[in-house]
Amino acid sequence: MEKTVPGGLSRRMLLATAAICAFSASASAQEELNALVWCDHTDPALIEPFEKANNVKVNLKEYEGTGAGLSIVEQSRPGDWDVFVIDGVDVPRAVDMGILAELPADKLPTADIFPEVRMEANNTKDGKIYAVTEKFGYNTISYDKTKVDPKDMEDLSIFWSDKYKGRIALYDYYLPMIGLTGLAIGKKTADLTADDLPAIKEKLFEMKKVARQVSDVVASQTALVSGEVDIILGGGEWVTAGLTTEKPNLDWTVPKQGALRWAQSIGVFKDSAKQDLAVKFVQYILSPEGQSKLATSSCYWGMPANSKAGEQLTDQQKTALRWDKQPEYLKNTQLYPVVDADLDAAMQDAWTEMLQH
Amino acid sequence: MTTTPLERAERRKAWGFALPALIFTIAFFLVPFLYMAAISFWKREGREIVASWTLDNYAAFFGKPHLLKALFNSLEVTAIVTVISILLAYPLAWIIAERVPRRWQRFALIMAILPFWTSYVVRSYSWLLVLSGGGVVNQALMWTGLISEPLQLSANRVGTVIGFVHFFVMLLTLTIYANLVQLSPNYRRAAADLGANGFQTFRHVILPLTLPGIMVGAFLTFVLCIGDYITPQILGGNNELVLPQVIMLQLGRRADFPMAAALSLVLMVVVTIAYLACARWLKMERT
Repeated sequence: MEKTVPGGLSRRMLLATAAICAFSASASAQEELNALVWCDHTDPALIEPFEKANNVKVNLKEYEGTGAGLSIVEQSRPGDWDVFVIDGVDVPRAVDMGILAELPADKLPTADIFPEVRMEANNTKDGKIYAVTEKFGYNTISYDKTKVDPKDMEDLSIFWSDKYKGRIALYDYYLPMIGLTGLAIGKKTADLTADDLPAIKEKLFEMKKVARQVSDVVASQTALVSGEVDIILGGGEWVTAGLTTEKPNLDWTVPKQGALRWAQSIGVFKDSAKQDLAVKFVQYILSPEGQSKLATSSCYWGMPANSKAGEQLTDQQKTALRWDKQPEYLKNTQLYPVVDADLDAAMQDAWTEMLQH
Repeated sequence: MTTTPLERAERRKAWGFALPALIFTIAFFLVPFLYMAAISFWKREGREIVASWTLDNYAAFFGKPHLLKALFNSLEVTAIVTVISILLAYPLAWIIAERVPRRWQRFALIMAILPFWTSYVVRSYSWLLVLSGGGVVNQALMWTGLISEPLQLSANRVGTVIGFVHFFVMLLTLTIYANLVQLSPNYRRAAADLGANGFQTFRHVILPLTLPGIMVGAFLTFVLCIGDYITPQILGGNNELVLPQVIMLQLGRRADFPMAAALSLVLMVVVTIAYLACARWLKMERT
């Protein structure tokens, strides 16, 4: 009788294995798309309509910072990834690495993208399109207007005075923060070199003295909302826009010296075996529907790159995003510094040194 | 020396029992460790990781004060946390072992280890709320009139230490309690017979006999504390970096795996030194 136990077990295991195989087979019948993205793309409200419409499962891998994203790509096998969301200023790096596929110009709504953020110099090469700007916004100043004087927020020099000492959070991302510090000392981000770093470093050290904390998106947003700090340097619409209903006291502005403009682009991997589906996904993200959902994603809000997305946004959402003020903001903002590997490492060193100061 | 067939069979049996553990250790500790050690001598050049043997990563670590400071911050925070945790855990373990009735001890221990049942991240964020300017600690202090302005208890080392101590006091309580309950009451009776008062009995009998429990707990605290990234990240406010945070910066921002491996190896060396120090000390106590 003892022999029947393993026998029974084997039969059960066989049945279970067959069931798993059958399930796997049915699961594999549904096509999958692997996308390397920023966190705003992980909002089900954005992804599910595409999945349902195309009977596809979109697997999303979140990353933070181009270095980390490219590192994931380097360690993956060709074909592992289909879609890539990347910082707009870093598209040329990806193109030079030869990892992006040319996109079919006739299938993209490039004419609908706000002219100022088309960024042809970054997204195209030799007349070929490799990526399209999908969303943009600003690294600037977010604040609680009931606790600070909004006029003070119009001048970056406030971050080197003691007036709001201990009430400031610094956004922990070296590129926009070094860019903002550069603006404060009169340097354009496009002109930043290693020679500017000593002066910027001194300013960063001074800034650290008046700051309460240096923190990531979630921690700095939590600090502002909970009243732990009253100002975030490096914050923008992505901190406050999603909270306009619950926290109307939170606001943001672009100071007179200017601010940094972030822009993210979307492209398709050259080695993707699902080029058509990947392009379809890009088309969906760039469509007015996809754009409005991406702009108001639960992770963070930002301006949709497609001007027609306005038709899909509510008046309240457009107010929160400052839809009407974009021409003015676009004039007074600059892109992130574009750095080679050595300058990037030097900037990260300066930032780490500031954290330890 | 010749061995009998029985002895040889016993030896084979022993190897047979040990083999799975040996394979597991080699596959999941030794091989990854050696691979990490090898990578630490490689270098990241531009966007490429180059497998050229160099000491550049170690030179960079010891040559850059802000990186070296991370090691000292780690050691300082760990030492403070370990000492405070021992000072708090010992009386707690003693109360549970000596003052709480036997039938309630299990309940007291469950209460002591309850924090372990919560997610580490959630617990750290909870502490962030408790320690904030408008949190319960500052509110209570202001209500009692002890302070007029909220104290900064988070986004600094104080917050990191409080978060750590909350976790490790429980760990140390368990190891010290396990030691205390094993002590025979005869030791105390003998000390009393010899004229020792309560403090003398504790100082010369109880404390030395419970030192192994303290050292085991202290070593575990040291290892877990010095390698932790989450608590300093959430409660420290990035105002001073500890070594695991610097390692994460190398991985997350620079994708500099060789540098991260070198820093991890430094961390492992520190832990090994701590282990050797503890092992030697414990051995001395036993002899």
